Amino acid sequence: MIRVALRGLAGRKLRATLTAFAIILGVAMVSGTYVLTDTIDKAFDNIFSETYANTDAVVSGKTADISFEGDSADTPPVDESVLPQIRALPDVESAAGAVIDDTNTKILKKDGDAVNTGGAPSFGFGLDPALPQFNPLKLLEGKWPTGPDEVVIDATTADEQGYKIGDSIKIATLKPVRSFDLVGLAQYGDVASIGSATFTVFSIPTAQALLDREGSYDTISIDGKEGVTQQALADEIKPILPPTAQVRTADAQAKEDAKDVSFTKFIRYFLLSFAGVALFVGAFVIFNILSITVAQRVREFATIRTIGGSRKQILWSVVLEAFVIGLVASVIGLFVGVGLAAGLNALFKAINADLPTQGLVFAPRTVIVSLLIGVGVTVIAGLIPAIRATRIPPIAAVREGSELPKSRFSKYVPYIAIVVIGLSVTLLAYSLFKDKLDTAPRLISMAVGVLLLFVGVAMVSSRTVRPLAVGTNPIAKWGVVLFSILVYPFTLSYWLLRSAAFGTGARKRLTALLESVAIQVALIVLAALLLSTFVGVLIVAIFAGTDLAVLTMWVLSKVRGFQPEWPVEFPNVRPEGMVNDVAKENSRRNPGRTASTAAALMIGIALVTFVAVLASGMKKSNRGAIEDQVKAEYVVTAQDGFSPFVAEAGEAVQQSPDAQFVTSVRSDLSEADGESGYVTGIQPGAIAQAYQFDWKEGSDAVLGQLGRNGAIISDDLADKKDLAVGDTFVLLTPNGKKTELVVKGIYSPPPFFPMLGNVSIPQTLFDSIIDRPRNSFVFVNVPGEPTAATTASLKAAVKDFPDSKVQTRVAWIDQQDQEFNSFLNFLYIMLALSVIISLVGMVITLLLSVHERTRELGMLRAVGMTRRQVRRMIRHESVITSLIGAALGLPLGIFLAILMTKALSQFEVKIAIPYVQLIVFAIVAIVVGILAAILPARRAARLNVLNALQYE
Amino acid sequence: MTSAITEERTAAEGTTGPVVQASEITRVYGEGDTAVHALNGCSVDVGRGELTAVMGPSGSGKSTMMHILAGLDRPTSGSVSIAGTDITKLGDNELTKLRRKHIGFIFQFFNLLPMLNAEENIRLPLELAGNKIDEAWVEEVIKRTGLDDRRTHRPSELSGGQQQRVAIARALATRPTVIFADEPTGNLDSHTSAEILDLVREMVTNYGQTTVMVTHDAHAAAIADRVLFLADGCIVKELRGADAGQILSAMEEVSRQ
Repeated sequence: MIRVALRGLAGRKLRATLTAFAIILGVAMVSGTYVLTDTIDKAFDNIFSETYANTDAVVSGKTADISFEGDSADTPPVDESVLPQIRALPDVESAAGAVIDDTNTKILKKDGDAVNTGGAPSFGFGLDPALPQFNPLKLLEGKWPTGPDEVVIDATTADEQGYKIGDSIKIATLKPVRSFDLVGLAQYGDVASIGSATFTVFSIPTAQALLDREGSYDTISIDGKEGVTQQALADEIKPILPPTAQVRTADAQAKEDAKDVSFTKFIRYFLLSFAGVALFVGAFVIFNILSITVAQRVREFATIRTIGGSRKQILWSVVLEAFVIGLVASVIGLFVGVGLAAGLNALFKAINADLPTQGLVFAPRTVIVSLLIGVGVTVIAGLIPAIRATRIPPIAAVREGSELPKSRFSKYVPYIAIVVIGLSVTLLAYSLFKDKLDTAPRLISMAVGVLLLFVGVAMVSSRTVRPLAVGTNPIAKWGVVLFSILVYPFTLSYWLLRSAAFGTGARKRLTALLESVAIQVALIVLAALLLSTFVGVLIVAIFAGTDLAVLTMWVLSKVRGFQPEWPVEFPNVRPEGMVNDVAKENSRRNPGRTASTAAALMIGIALVTFVAVLASGMKKSNRGAIEDQVKAEYVVTAQDGFSPFVAEAGEAVQQSPDAQFVTSVRSDLSEADGESGYVTGIQPGAIAQAYQFDWKEGSDAVLGQLGRNGAIISDDLADKKDLAVGDTFVLLTPNGKKTELVVKGIYSPPPFFPMLGNVSIPQTLFDSIIDRPRNSFVFVNVPGEPTAATTASLKAAVKDFPDSKVQTRVAWIDQQDQEFNSFLNFLYIMLALSVIISLVGMVITLLLSVHERTRELGMLRAVGMTRRQVRRMIRHESVITSLIGAALGLPLGIFLAILMTKALSQFEVKIAIPYVQLIVFAIVAIVVGILAAILPARRAARLNVLNALQYE
Repeated sequence: MTSAITEERTAAEGTTGPVVQASEITRVYGEGDTAVHALNGCSVDVGRGELTAVMGPSGSGKSTMMHILAGLDRPTSGSVSIAGTDITKLGDNELTKLRRKHIGFIFQFFNLLPMLNAEENIRLPLELAGNKIDEAWVEEVIKRTGLDDRRTHRPSELSGGQQQRVAIARALATRPTVIFADEPTGNLDSHTSAEILDLVREMVTNYGQTTVMVTHDAHAAAIADRVLFLADGCIVKELRGADAGQILSAMEEVSRQ
């Protein structure tokens, strides 16, 4: 029986290969994700172990433990007077102070813009070159900086920006931009790339001056004497420290640092969820293929039953087939994944989220998980077809045209489907609307709910096939006509080339060749001129492909006697009614099969629709929130649009003669009566001209009465802490300071993008209680309307602060949309995988249908159907199937997006249906249908009529 | 040697008399007004070591009867026993075990597994049953069916007659109590048919292989020890040792009724 299974598999190579493909991509995603995240983890591990390689204990400032939405407070510095005291301790061998700042040091490109790290740190270090044992960096070239004008930067950035030792390099810090001499290049230990992060090394006094740390260090690293344990050393240091500082053993400190990079875990689950989608679609495809295969082998299984095969043996033979396919596919997928990891890294780079890497890490866990998941999914998908195979009665061996008996549950399927859909909606509602649910159960019930929804819809979809096939028929027809018109120049030039290569009559052939060349040249030139160079290059590539194909055929026909098909029909684009009708009926005659083929595509389309609708709602909400809040014409932000930036930039804007009105908003983390959030420092006299408060209690007049310690709080905070105007509360800031504030006014910020924190205080107070205050926004008005001239003038005013970016309000919103779009594109690329898998599923299903209908196709050919008509018939059926997938997927995606929007109602996300994008998805579905039909249509058209008629 | 095998088998089973026994079997397809009575209370015995042919015009119920006798289909009423076991009461697993031990099949369309070669097809029932394989017997069967030089050929590389030989060898391989042959020559030309019929006759004569053969061909039925004629779901006539001419006229007589 094992032989039957394995030989059977070998006998259906194309089918097995395509089936395997459905699972290879999913497994590759799993293994690629693990390889990538392990690699990143390893790089970070190395960074930390490198940092504390020769260190036994670390002294740093004690931070108030405030974190909000993934943002955590900076560690305050330690006074430098502590260092000599530590050095004087008996068990201390050596100690060194260091300045470490991770946001304010920006390296400038040669064109004057700051290198954009896309949210990754831009480190500024002050290190003591005299004590290299504490230096985590490795000098690759040159020397360490000693004087106030010397710097060392990381080799990757130097390489990318074309800086060499001896160059003058501009660097921005908390002080305005200035030039330094580049005296060396370094890297972080053995880690070649720290992703999109950058670092700059100064001498310690320089760093202290530039980064507002006069007389203090961020960390002091200590090496104990031989034989002193880390803990003993820490215990010895502890008593001499001021109350604002703390000591940790190096091991504890490394662990603490590692906490900050838990985002690799997030990346891992994020990517794995796409792998899950790909595997889920793959499971659909495999289920479908195995079901059809079983249906086509009814007689074979029945024969085995008559000669003594038991149900169990039938079951195992089908499961074994699935197992072998799963195993082979998983092994291939495992290795494809390693390549994919490199591809994913490139993708991250493309969206400016470059991650540190250092050689690919291929852990045993990656192998085990990939194989288990790949084999498991395949076998589970094969289980139902296998069980159905066991239901084949032995008598089917003697009946002609036996079909797979209906499953015992088939009459209950609609009821089961309703239960499944009901269950999924319940789970979705639970996950989305239940308060106080942990993230893990919430995400799991959401994922299971969505999966069940897809399964449930797939189960009922066979009943929708008949009407949907009729409904999508005209769309399929005209969609294909439109597509044929678009590609007509290509098909025509291809036909002409073929006629030149294989036609008769020297003159006719020469004319054809010239015509083909003329069409190609004309099209390339037109596209390049009218559209873009990119489209031109694309068209050149397509023509190169077709030309090469004809050339290959021609060479083969000369050298090896290959017989190309000639004459072939002259290309045309007219639809043929009869052919389309036959195709439409074909798609309806096995609704179950059409439905499950379409269901695989439905999943991909539903997910991209979900993403598109949700994203368009978010973009709209974001725009609305900003427009509601910001009255000013210009907004100055950091280059990335969201990070805090140098406070001095705000003052610098005022230098512009066009700056009629300027007000800056500072921002940092804080805790108001234990409730964490942001505190913003506003200029009470000016803010109302730039920012529109939605007052609950008070009015713009309140701003003038804030006094020294008055505060405006959000209604949310007022509700939570039961605060009213006149009440007092305590604000805790990251340096551990506590300040008593009086509520002067309560306003209601828009939930989607509140630009002020839950507590707003006068900027004078802010600057006195926050170390190194930074701006989040600077609002600017110019006299009259903003023009290119005013923009240029404002930009010139902040040119010494390259991290700040002057934009009009509209341009700022557009920039955010664009950044959001690049993230969306990333999501689309990930989801495209599942669409590709469903495309493969469609190819196989069509191939199997063609195989099944061999005799019928022979008959159609015998009564006069041309090869082209056969091809069109198959293609039309394919396009109808994919449009059914779209017709199911689009509404499903919109439904999920609306549900999600309701769940996010606390953020007041708007619903905005992106019609253009949805139409694009439908067009993509048509193209998928056309692509899927290429191979099956070729096969069908190539059938030998005589053999086909005799086919049993 | 031939007779030794026959004796050994009879001794091993320790029974004599009918191998397959059906009493009062009816088979109704559909319900109510559209109900079709394929069999109307037929009773039939198949004798040990005999070749029994079942004949009858189209729609007479001969195929239905064979399916029921072989346990492929269940009668609406009545009972069927093979080697003393009432098969109408058996579940799927027991029926599978019974098939392994007692039943062999030869089909009109050969029903060989395309991915296995001739020898693998022949051995398949033995491997499915999972018992120790009597290699000497398998060799004997392969040689006797003339497939010695065709062992490694796939079905697609064999002629129709050769494929049916493989099917016969496959049926013989387990030495079943009874072999059911469903129109074994229905898909073959006359010359090949004659060869296959010789082989069927030979396996009955030489090995005492009890065989039931459904056919509509008088020449095929002529090799049988006993010919049963069915009409309208009942056995209406029986001949023993008849030649093709006698069978033809009996068929005409039956059809006229």
